[in-house]
Amino acid sequence: MLAVQSLTRSFGGVTAVSDVSFEVQKGHVHAVIGPNGAGKTTLFNLITGVYVPSSGKVLLDGQDITGSSPDRLARMGVSRTFQNLQVCMNMSALENVMLGAHLHVHSGLLTGMLGLSRRADARLQEEAAALMARVGVGEYRDAHATQLSFGVLKRLEIARALAAKPKLLLLDEPAAGLNDSETHAMTALIRQIAADGVTVLLVEHDMKMVMSISDHIVVLDQGRKLAEGNAASVSANPDVITAYLGSEE
Amino acid sequence: MKLPVRPSLLVAAAILLVLPLALPNNYTMDIAIRVALVAVAVIGLNVLMGFAGQISIGHAGFLATGAYGSAIVATRLGWPPLLSLVAVALTCAALAWLVAKPILRLKGHSLTMATLGFGVIVNMVLINEVQLSGGPDGMVVPPLAVAGFSFGKLGHWYALAAVVLWCAIWLSLNLYDSPGGRALRGLHGSEVAARVVGIDVASFKVRAFVVSAVLASVSGSLTGHYLGFISPSMSAFTHSVELATMVVLGGMASTFGAVLGAALLTVLPQLLGGLHGYEAILFGLILMLTMIYLPRGIVPTLALRLRRAR
Amino acid sequence: MTDLAQFLFAGLTTGAIYALAALGFTLIYNASGVINFAQGDFLMLAGMVTAVLLKQQVPYTGAITIGIAVTVLAGLLLYRLAIKPAGNADVVSLIIITIGASIFLQGVVQVVLGKNQHVLPPFTSDTPVELLGARVLPQAFWVLGTGALLVAAVAAFFKYTLVGKATLAVAANKLAAGAVGIPTGRILQLSFGLSALLGAVAGIVSAPITTTVSDIGLMFGMKGFVAATLGGLGSGLGAVIGGLLVGLLEALVAGYVSSAYKDAVPFVLIIIILLVLPGGLFGRKSTERV
Repeated sequence: MLAVQSLTRSFGGVTAVSDVSFEVQKGHVHAVIGPNGAGKTTLFNLITGVYVPSSGKVLLDGQDITGSSPDRLARMGVSRTFQNLQVCMNMSALENVMLGAHLHVHSGLLTGMLGLSRRADARLQEEAAALMARVGVGEYRDAHATQLSFGVLKRLEIARALAAKPKLLLLDEPAAGLNDSETHAMTALIRQIAADGVTVLLVEHDMKMVMSISDHIVVLDQGRKLAEGNAASVSANPDVITAYLGSEE
Repeated sequence: MKLPVRPSLLVAAAILLVLPLALPNNYTMDIAIRVALVAVAVIGLNVLMGFAGQISIGHAGFLATGAYGSAIVATRLGWPPLLSLVAVALTCAALAWLVAKPILRLKGHSLTMATLGFGVIVNMVLINEVQLSGGPDGMVVPPLAVAGFSFGKLGHWYALAAVVLWCAIWLSLNLYDSPGGRALRGLHGSEVAARVVGIDVASFKVRAFVVSAVLASVSGSLTGHYLGFISPSMSAFTHSVELATMVVLGGMASTFGAVLGAALLTVLPQLLGGLHGYEAILFGLILMLTMIYLPRGIVPTLALRLRRAR
Repeated sequence: MTDLAQFLFAGLTTGAIYALAALGFTLIYNASGVINFAQGDFLMLAGMVTAVLLKQQVPYTGAITIGIAVTVLAGLLLYRLAIKPAGNADVVSLIIITIGASIFLQGVVQVVLGKNQHVLPPFTSDTPVELLGARVLPQAFWVLGTGALLVAAVAAFFKYTLVGKATLAVAANKLAAGAVGIPTGRILQLSFGLSALLGAVAGIVSAPITTTVSDIGLMFGMKGFVAATLGGLGSGLGAVIGGLLVGLLEALVAGYVSSAYKDAVPFVLIIIILLVLPGGLFGRKSTERV
């Protein structure tokens, strides 16, 4: 579904990502891991159009989406979450999730002002509430965004991303900032999302989560692809072990 | 069971119906009418500033364009006032669209400066183009007459102003809870998030600008007919700041907050005897203190307290 | 030809004033990210205080000193009482706060010092000097000279003093600067004071030419901001060049096109500039980290 081809990005004299290529299969959970400074976030930002690559391409179902703007990506069925959250703190939890369905509903201002979108809105509300329950934050249905904890907001963001009915979901360090039990819940959630047929690509530090849910893993080190394969082969790969733990002197 | 009409709208209608009975004399009635008319513009500005988070300190420009446009079309072209009002409102919409498209690409202070520039340019044109606008001496506005019925008495004007205000409230409340309104509020909350869910941020900002301009234009046109006389001071920077202060004080994004802000900041200067210097001190203080201690404005802060107490 | 020379000198003179106002904007923006809408009112305040004191028979130098002192105090108070308490408020809130401060200052001046327009006597003489076919007021040289001196002083401050470098550090990354022990609060305080100082001097040195009145701050502020943005918000050199450019363009428009609309020049200019070159002439390109 997603093909990354020879992506390279330099910032001044520093090459953050160098000639990285891989493919994400439809319906799979695909993870990008690597030690700190490996270039995971830069790679992620290259795929999501935040940065434009110095060279290389990103293809979605064969279409070139390199450097696409976020709203164009959304229209192509790609949703993403953010490591440090981008939640609209001026709205309620439910409204945040409803925002995710933006492309699936008519959003004209005049229609809105004349009260003609009442019924569509009611339907959106129900769907959003259902999504919130699905990601495990159903009890916060009537809460305002400012009243929610970091862990809950992270899951809320996923609900919002799912509201767009995406074919590809990009998760930016979903476990960052979460404690053990929250991470556990997040792992189960991602597994469930994948089981529902959504292709997932995540960037993550937490090894346990990655190993337990990923169908395919790409390991980056210092901007280059070090290894790729399933969980078993990657964790046994000596180069990967060296990159993380340092070689024995 | 959901009522077809929101309860708050019914309450608003009730208040508007009962209010004239509580107003002791013509002076207070006059103030009520002015409040209602300016509140329409403030509700519009609230859509731009409160919902979408785009600060405009040049909106008096649209108010004045509405007033002068209506007056000029009615006197020079002899069109019936109602038709003039609609024509001018549509013109303001087009003008807003033209102005907004380029400047809404700017962020934060740059946008604010551009809106200021707009207001200043309108002001300059009204002062200098004496042939068109009567210059600094202002111009007379013919009374409002619709289908032969002339709005002469205070009572007529109150009824009209109340109806127009109620409609503006209705439109704004509807917008708040609609997908479009949510898109606006979303882009205020986090532009990054808004883009990621597919919201065409630039387009929505322009549309909010247009809506706010149209409401300001209608407010201006009606005010012109009501006062019978308009001058370029209507488009002055201080007037734009007053409008912005009303939104900020009452509550950004709150429709009733906008009305409250309009009411408070029209009535207070009257109580102070309208001394220009003191008015400026008051407005300046209110702006600063509100943004420091009550950044959400009065109504949302109260709403938050109530929500927390529950 | 003599007309052109006249316009050029007039333009350079006003340009120098705008440059100083622009420099003040840039200073505060660099240190705190705030666009200080009250910047123009610093120019106004100094001029008005000096003018009123002169009417009270206070000697010129004394009046000037007090005028500057009062304005610097206003700048410091603006930070202390309005900006600092707002804490980590967003850009929008801070903009509104400075707008409020601007209106407040104008109101106070109107009430305390009156609504009248004042003319300050020129520093040296009133008789115009013949230069390249143009007649230039001696005061204009004071403006240009003082302007150049201040710009050089500010540049030196940033380049050679520890405090100056600390200010640049705060501008680049407030959190990091704080983490290495730089007292960010005091640096911000200093930036506001310094901006007020620049504005005060600009206001006083230009008052003999432009006269001064309680609402003149708006125009100065707007044009100073346009100049700063034109040059690229954040660039000191840009602010100066922007100021001179705006002044020159304004004078040329006033001379060759229409003097009534000369004040519209900066606003039309800013809209055009921001569309074509959003970073201004010397603006830095920045990437937003998500």
